[in-house]
Amino acid sequence: MGGPPLADGIDTEIQAMSPLPAQKTSGNSLWSLLVKRLLLGLLLLWAVSLVIFAGTQILPGDVATSMLGQQATPEAVASIRKELGLEQPAPIRYVKWLGAAVTGDFGRSYSNRQDIAKSIAPRLKNTLLLAAMAAVIAVPLSILLGILSVLYNGTWVDRTIGLVTLSAISLPEFFAGYLLIAYFSVAHFWLPSSATVSDAMPIGQRLVVMLLPCLTLVLAVLGHMMRMTRAALLNVMASPYIETALLKGLPWWRIVWKHALPNALSPIINVVALNLAYLIVGVVVVEVIFVYPGMGQYLVDHVAKRDVPVVQAAGLVFAAVYILLNIVADMVSVLANPRLRHPR
Amino acid sequence: MADILLKVTDLEIKAADATIVDKVSFDLQKGRVLGLIGESGAGKSTIGLASLGHSRDGLQITGGRAELNGRDILQLSKSDARSLRGAAVTYVAQSAAAAFNPAHRLIDQVIEATLWHGLMSRAMATERAKELFALLGLPDPENFGDRYPHQGSGGQLQRAMTAMALCPHPELIVFDEPTTALDVTTQIEVLAAIKQAIATTGTSALYISHDLAVVAQVADEILVLRNGQMVERGSVDDIFNAPKEDYTRRLVSMRQSEKPAREQARDSLLSVKGIEAGYIPGIPVLQDVSLDLGRGETLAVVGESGSGKSTLARVVTGLLPSSSGSLRFDGKDLPRELAARTPETLRNIQIVNQIPDLALNPRQTVEAILSRPLAFYFGMKGAELKRRVVALLDQIELPHSMLGRYPAELSGGQKQRICIARALAADPKLIICDEPTSALDPLVAEGILDLLMRLQTEVGTSYLFITHDLAIVRAIADTVAVMLGGKVVRYGRKADVLAPPFDPYTEKLIASVPEMRPGWLDEAIARRPSPRGKQLKLSMTRCKE
Amino acid sequence: MRNLPPLTPMALIGLVGVAAFIVLAAFAPWFAPHPVSEVVGGVWDAPSADALLGTDNIGRDLFSRLVWGARITFVIAALSTAIAFLIGVSLGFYAAVRRGWIDQILSRLNDLMMAIPTLIFALVVLAVLPKNMLVLVLVMATLEATRVFRVSRAIAADLVGLDYVEVARLRGESWSWIIVREILPNALSPLLAELGLRFAFAILFLSTLSFLGLGVQPPIADWGSLVKENKDGLLFGIFAALIPGAAIAALVICVNLVVDWILRKTTSLKGARRNG
Repeated sequence: MGGPPLADGIDTEIQAMSPLPAQKTSGNSLWSLLVKRLLLGLLLLWAVSLVIFAGTQILPGDVATSMLGQQATPEAVASIRKELGLEQPAPIRYVKWLGAAVTGDFGRSYSNRQDIAKSIAPRLKNTLLLAAMAAVIAVPLSILLGILSVLYNGTWVDRTIGLVTLSAISLPEFFAGYLLIAYFSVAHFWLPSSATVSDAMPIGQRLVVMLLPCLTLVLAVLGHMMRMTRAALLNVMASPYIETALLKGLPWWRIVWKHALPNALSPIINVVALNLAYLIVGVVVVEVIFVYPGMGQYLVDHVAKRDVPVVQAAGLVFAAVYILLNIVADMVSVLANPRLRHPR
Repeated sequence: MADILLKVTDLEIKAADATIVDKVSFDLQKGRVLGLIGESGAGKSTIGLASLGHSRDGLQITGGRAELNGRDILQLSKSDARSLRGAAVTYVAQSAAAAFNPAHRLIDQVIEATLWHGLMSRAMATERAKELFALLGLPDPENFGDRYPHQGSGGQLQRAMTAMALCPHPELIVFDEPTTALDVTTQIEVLAAIKQAIATTGTSALYISHDLAVVAQVADEILVLRNGQMVERGSVDDIFNAPKEDYTRRLVSMRQSEKPAREQARDSLLSVKGIEAGYIPGIPVLQDVSLDLGRGETLAVVGESGSGKSTLARVVTGLLPSSSGSLRFDGKDLPRELAARTPETLRNIQIVNQIPDLALNPRQTVEAILSRPLAFYFGMKGAELKRRVVALLDQIELPHSMLGRYPAELSGGQKQRICIARALAADPKLIICDEPTSALDPLVAEGILDLLMRLQTEVGTSYLFITHDLAIVRAIADTVAVMLGGKVVRYGRKADVLAPPFDPYTEKLIASVPEMRPGWLDEAIARRPSPRGKQLKLSMTRCKE
Repeated sequence: MRNLPPLTPMALIGLVGVAAFIVLAAFAPWFAPHPVSEVVGGVWDAPSADALLGTDNIGRDLFSRLVWGARITFVIAALSTAIAFLIGVSLGFYAAVRRGWIDQILSRLNDLMMAIPTLIFALVVLAVLPKNMLVLVLVMATLEATRVFRVSRAIAADLVGLDYVEVARLRGESWSWIIVREILPNALSPLLAELGLRFAFAILFLSTLSFLGLGVQPPIADWGSLVKENKDGLLFGIFAALIPGAAIAALVICVNLVVDWILRKTTSLKGARRNG
């Protein structure tokens, strides 16, 4: 047996991810299963909003005082507190905040008084674009590498891929990013080192500018996704029905294509969903490295300034996107599972 | 004399550190069935797979020939070998449920090999598949193939896999323990179906099993294997009536023992009345179960899968509290829940589980495993503890050198003996045996049963013995309870339960147990009132494109 | 423990690398030529005898800062991993063993915590908390504990279902005895592997936080902060920022190699030969 084995935890992670039961269901309860998952997700989102709000309220000391810093005179503090409505008890503030957020009003930033929702909208678009670009490259690539690694299990192909991915998961994003900059921007002037895009840019130029950050993101996610895809595929390839196909005299490519892949779809989708987490985390760092105007950079800047409304809003948006993606992945995974699609 | 279809000469297959198949030779004539019989580790599956030119991971075919119609399949190129598999030689696996791909319909999988090798058009292959479904007795043969594997039962899937094997008009089918995983009442149906199908199509077959009684029903000749080596070969009649080797003799004379009837014990050790229990509230698994175990006796609870017999064991141990009914043990009320029982009660009820691999902590030595109950129940220490542990080893007939070993170094039979010793260490009044021999080879199982009976005579322990095997019931029981669907359908002293007149289920159960003689199956089928002997018109001509 | 899997060259590299790191961190004062804040030359000087890897953006010796940074990185990562493990494993085992509503509540709470991506949650919380080492350790420990909980619960749940645990229960053994004597010894391998993975993750996570300016604060620096301080030099062709980055990558690769080696052990114990 060749190639580095993976943490047993990965299999359990994959299984533990979905709250859906692994049993057979009847026809119309397939729909109810999906609806249940959707509702569960919404419930989760609400609970997450609670956690985020609570997370920003645990400041020891006073928000206003720490915001003002050196200029914290008693009058200044009192006026800030009045303006931000900080006298009201936390639960009321939470309800007000959530109520506004649901309608798309996230309030105003402490530091620059700008409307948060208006600042977030274009940045969210940029971030999603970058993440989508990276996903479009990383997902097929990692599945292909996973398949190759399994087809040539134990050979040098498998081992090389294994080493490459091991390095990929060990590189911090900032190292990978600066490495790429060092080579592509500084040593050779092929690509720009900063990706300050604007809507005015032509699409061609925009793509060129986004290339390096996109590549960095791909590197960040590729390693994990490929390893898990390989594990899921190996698991499927060890199933008895693969031997049956072998004993029918089918060649390897047909066995993988017709027998292994249809059963690997569901676990691979779970793998992709799991790695969306890495993607979202990676996007934050990548935006900072390349000065890319997205949600990540927005959030990081305002964390440093202790700008609570922005942090709450950005945190909630990130969490919402993450949960939504997981819901979609779960539902697709259910639809890809023949046992759940065709009931007894 | 008919042509020789398969000729295996000096076949040798090795694993990393052992020889699995050691110079085995045999030939199989066209139209005949050869049974390969042996215990686990005998190499029979490996030989079966080698006839397809295949070996499992970690095994290598290092020598010998396997000639199919004169061509050595082991020497063929990969693509030539592939062209034989699924066309000239096909395979029926032990667990069809696992061997079918859950993502595709059954009909697609059944005709896949036939289509792939270009033997028939899709229309013809589908037609043939449906005819085979009918021949094998599957329900609604026209539409059965539209199902997905998880929509079929174990017996149905086994038949579907046989259809898959028969579809391409193969010359040879390798049956690898096809009925081992089935209940006994399903097994007889599937066996009959297979036998009829082979006879009707005139296909040659290798039938692999560890169960000599089953093989005797289907095979014309038998090859006995042990540890990868041939022991004996002969026609079915010769093997049964005049076995030459000692090992063969032992195999043939298995399951013949019968515990003599004796007087009923005076008082009852365990009394179960009106028990209702289930895992999900509102859905009972056990309904109104009542039985009685006399002191020093054995009560055998017989049933197939889903009968609730294992659930009954869990209720008695307290792991699953019953929802109604009462339990009495040793003259006192027995609390439903484990947590409510006294340490003394816990000591007096011990259990021996089905799979010894899972019942022993792989990180503890034999000594540690046996010492713990002694220390826990009796506070034994030091030299006294050691002496008692050694005495236990003597009781279960294992050498003292076992003390320092870990479970992974022991065989299945040895592990089970350790489990029995662990139960004995507590000096209990009752030992619940939950199918303790089902996972063991037949000869090893006999040894375990002998041990248990001997211990009962010596120490006077009572057994609540869960099993699906009627032969075991005959060998060890004093009282018998037959369970079906969570209810007790028949209960009483062994002699009464196993004698007519029967209730329908017990009758079916007794009739389904294969007897250790050829011809039993044919008689069983002939005795049936139902119109099974219907021969179907099959398109026997090969349709090559 | 007996029968460790055979040492492959890869595993050896990993073990040596991790050991070197720990030694470096422990004996930092002996390895570092200069104190951590001492200015020894001009801005971004080339490597010299006095500054083996050159100087950083203020003129401090990069090599010394790297050595001192190793200590900071190690202490925070190790501490947070250790705390995460203590919390995660005890709660995870407890949930698996008790089952029922305790398990449900703990698992749902854990799922809730895991529904927010780690970095996002850390950022949200660090926006309001003071940025000292204690807070950093606790925040990282809490986030990691969720993953450790999930994995250890899954491991324990598997083991609890086995017959030998049931036998112990039927004997009347207490749950703490069962956890320590029956479950833990069989959970060691996968738990050890998980420990390694969490440690690797902690190093990466801490460096990322410091790189974003939200982790370790100046004048103390861990390897992530070193990258942040020197990143501007890249545009001028000064590759000082790549050195601490490479050090992080090298360390994490070594930890992963060790984890892979440990995992081979799990497979070897499960495969007991089946015979009669």
